Amino acid sequence: MVYKQRLDGRKDDELRPMEAKAGVIPNADGSASFKIGKTWAIAAVYGPRELYPRFLQDPQKGVLRCHYGMMPFSGSGERIRPGNSRRAQEIAMVMTKSLEPVVDLSSFPNAVVDVFVDLPQTDAGTRCAAISAASIALADAGIPMKDMICSVAVGKVDTKIVADLTYKEEQIHEFNPESHDATVADIPVAMIHNTKELTLLQLDGDITKEGLLQALELAKGATEKIYQLQKKALKEKFLMGEKQL
Amino acid sequence: MIINKETITQLAAVQKRLDGRKLHDYRQPLLIETDISWTAEGSARVQIGETVVMAGVKLSLEKPYNDTPDEGGIMINVELLPLSSPDYEPGPPSIKAVELARVVDRGIREAQAIDLKKLCITPGEKAWFVTIDIMSINDAGNLFDAAGLASLAALKSAHFPVVDEKTGAIDYKQKTEKSLPLRKEPLPVTIYKINNSLLVDPTREEEETAQARLTVASDAKGSISAMQKGGEEPLSIEEVSSIIDLAIEKSAFLRQILTKSLQ
Repeated sequence: MVYKQRLDGRKDDELRPMEAKAGVIPNADGSASFKIGKTWAIAAVYGPRELYPRFLQDPQKGVLRCHYGMMPFSGSGERIRPGNSRRAQEIAMVMTKSLEPVVDLSSFPNAVVDVFVDLPQTDAGTRCAAISAASIALADAGIPMKDMICSVAVGKVDTKIVADLTYKEEQIHEFNPESHDATVADIPVAMIHNTKELTLLQLDGDITKEGLLQALELAKGATEKIYQLQKKALKEKFLMGEKQL
Repeated sequence: MIINKETITQLAAVQKRLDGRKLHDYRQPLLIETDISWTAEGSARVQIGETVVMAGVKLSLEKPYNDTPDEGGIMINVELLPLSSPDYEPGPPSIKAVELARVVDRGIREAQAIDLKKLCITPGEKAWFVTIDIMSINDAGNLFDAAGLASLAALKSAHFPVVDEKTGAIDYKQKTEKSLPLRKEPLPVTIYKINNSLLVDPTREEEETAQARLTVASDAKGSISAMQKGGEEPLSIEEVSSIIDLAIEKSAFLRQILTKSLQ
């Protein structure tokens, strides 16, 4: 094993420093800011409102629709062209799927609840930060939910099972020359807080089944920390009112 | 629909506003914060009342344009994020976003605020290009002034990234001490006309109520680098003259806050 100490000195199950706020966008029906390390997601919820064009409407229940966007200056390399990339479209879709199981829109037929997430700066884990922010914003908007969705990436760097990988850990070969034959697996997950069921599960890299199950076990503790922070942010909003970004 | 249109119009005639401000007062808080995004070469967040915008500067090395082989370039883009208002929808930039970007662009470009010649590395081959992206976060009115202020703050806070001498590749993860060659500090101020009264820093309702607006970008010496008239009604030359005086005064006021915020 070459990866003994994590690049930023964290323990294997330790998340980067986090900060969450609810009610940061006065125009929105609900909103949140969620920071984890140098990744920052801002979420706004609009709705339930009427859905156009009408053929998209569902007469049985409201439609949840997520949007994901990295700001043009939020990538660690060159400027990102604004507009909906294939990557952004896929992330928006998995965000919607990860939040849908806890959101009850049966009282809002033909309506839409729009969730917009934009990121001013990123350092890996953007879809997880986006989902954790969106979950706070939906609760802040008073959308009926049966639970919170807590999202974080887990994975493997060399033989180490870790939580909340950074960009440098995902690209370990570039930053640690000794680890040229080490393998990395990045596994973004989202969990329903009470049942620990998975609503987001993606994997990039190389890992055994045993490694994956170990990582998912680690995710339970990691998402619990996210949940505590989400709860705190919502409580603060309702006790102390809207916050500045 | 603007519910308070009538009231706003009547109040303006007696020099009053719905939120109790004087006609020439900006909303509070008026905050400018820089270095809000580690991935941008320069960045800023501006808040005027409930209006919030973010701006980020990215630098890239490109081939200069054929007609200006010894100059770098500048591009300004505005995204009116659907996150920032129930009125904005996803999709290509609306005419409002395009106008906003072009007015902020002209204010900076025409004042020659950035010395584009100093951005050139090898004439005809390689020069720095500056892109400013302005994102609305909460549109509660007066995006023009907020966008102009955020752009200038982001430009002032920007630092060049490290360039590998051998390969010429940019290492965006490392910044140098070198900042952008700024020569002037133009700031746009938009004055609105409601019921023959002139006012600054409108709310969304006031923007929708106004009969005309004029944006004036001016620098510390009071030189005007860009103007843009908007709205449905005409302005007399006398009105334009008073608007320019007011805009230059408010531009100085905003520049003072910017200087203080960057200290």
